[in-house]
Amino acid sequence: MYTQALNNLDLPQNDEGDPREARFMARIDAEERIEPNDFMPEGYRKTLVRQIAQHAHSEIIGMLPEGNWITRAPSLRRKAALLAKVQDEGGHGLYLYCAAETLGKSREEMMDELVDGRAKYSSIFNYPTLTWADIGMIGWLVDGAAIMNQIPLCRCSFGPYARAMIRICKEESFHQRQGYEQIMTLCAGTPEQKELAQDSLNRWWWPSIMMFGPSDGDSVHSAKSMAWKIKRFTNDELRQKFIDATVPQAHRIGLEIPDPDLKFNEETGHWEIGEIDWEEFKRVLAGGGPCNADRVAARKAAQENGAWVRDAALAYAQKRAARESETLAA
Amino acid sequence: MTNLTPLWEVFIRTRNGMAHRHVGSVHAADAALALQAARDVYTRRGEGLSIWVVPSNAITASDPAEKDEMFEPTASKVYRHPSFYDIPDDIENM
Repeated sequence: MYTQALNNLDLPQNDEGDPREARFMARIDAEERIEPNDFMPEGYRKTLVRQIAQHAHSEIIGMLPEGNWITRAPSLRRKAALLAKVQDEGGHGLYLYCAAETLGKSREEMMDELVDGRAKYSSIFNYPTLTWADIGMIGWLVDGAAIMNQIPLCRCSFGPYARAMIRICKEESFHQRQGYEQIMTLCAGTPEQKELAQDSLNRWWWPSIMMFGPSDGDSVHSAKSMAWKIKRFTNDELRQKFIDATVPQAHRIGLEIPDPDLKFNEETGHWEIGEIDWEEFKRVLAGGGPCNADRVAARKAAQENGAWVRDAALAYAQKRAARESETLAA
Repeated sequence: MTNLTPLWEVFIRTRNGMAHRHVGSVHAADAALALQAARDVYTRRGEGLSIWVVPSNAITASDPAEKDEMFEPTASKVYRHPSFYDIPDDIENM
């Protein structure tokens, strides 16, 4: 509904000097939420569409590495938890696509951009889930990092995005716990099981740290997003919060963070990490990660293989509508 | 009885940032009149920041008589809640 209504309003405009621009910024500064039919500068709309669509794509693509282990979960308890988690990710993708649709972009367009590579998703999902421990590790680290990112988004200036995030954060509260519980269980098991957990941490630690995006100095969108209150904290601030929360959790269960430079700064009370390999981050984001091609291919296959179902449902609805109007006319 | 005035469902956003909530319905000939009627009927004491009106017959609802089939399956899925997982009390930020 919004998609069509807003497409009509989507006139080319020069926001500079537009008196509505000043009014918009005053509303943002006063912590008012912006709603879909309110005036907003084109840059604000575009930034949000890009960010919300990327977020939605990440939820949908994020189902793939975890889905990989559903049939091989080691117990019914673990299988039920994993199924519930993957179902949640699918639902979260849908809430987010809806929020982006209120800004005038159609679902079909977003889906096309995902499969033809124009849209990005979180770099973390281009890494493979090689062992069962990776499933626990994703819950603990990847969802832990996502929570750090998502909690401030509940106060985002755009109403539909903020409201979707509140629902998502509430539902996700079990994701990290189930992951950590799994890793705790492995760490309390045989030496082989403990080693499985350590090996998984070794592989997922740095990619998780990179989930927060480029450093503040190199982040192209950060300053404007902060002014518009789309973001409330910078990438580096969120990254530090995550590190401070996670390092003690690892130590508590006897795991070692794979970073020889990691140290606790007594003065600041923060954990300090070594150099992040930004070349790897750029490579994976640009399509050169271990699983980029697989992820997009899987999404594309799902899209294409499901096309006949969507077409059939539409044809059936149209046929029924036609029959109904015939009956009314008769 | 052919010219019945249509029924509209009214949704009001009461506070900045909140979702619209269903508050009731009004009769009105068209959408513009429904919006005015909704304002007069449901926001006389400044309860609203914005109003939506939706034709009542555009709403498809589930049948409360079928609520068991509809919602029972979630009752057994306790693993969807955080309290299902055992994490020691001294683990912080979880």
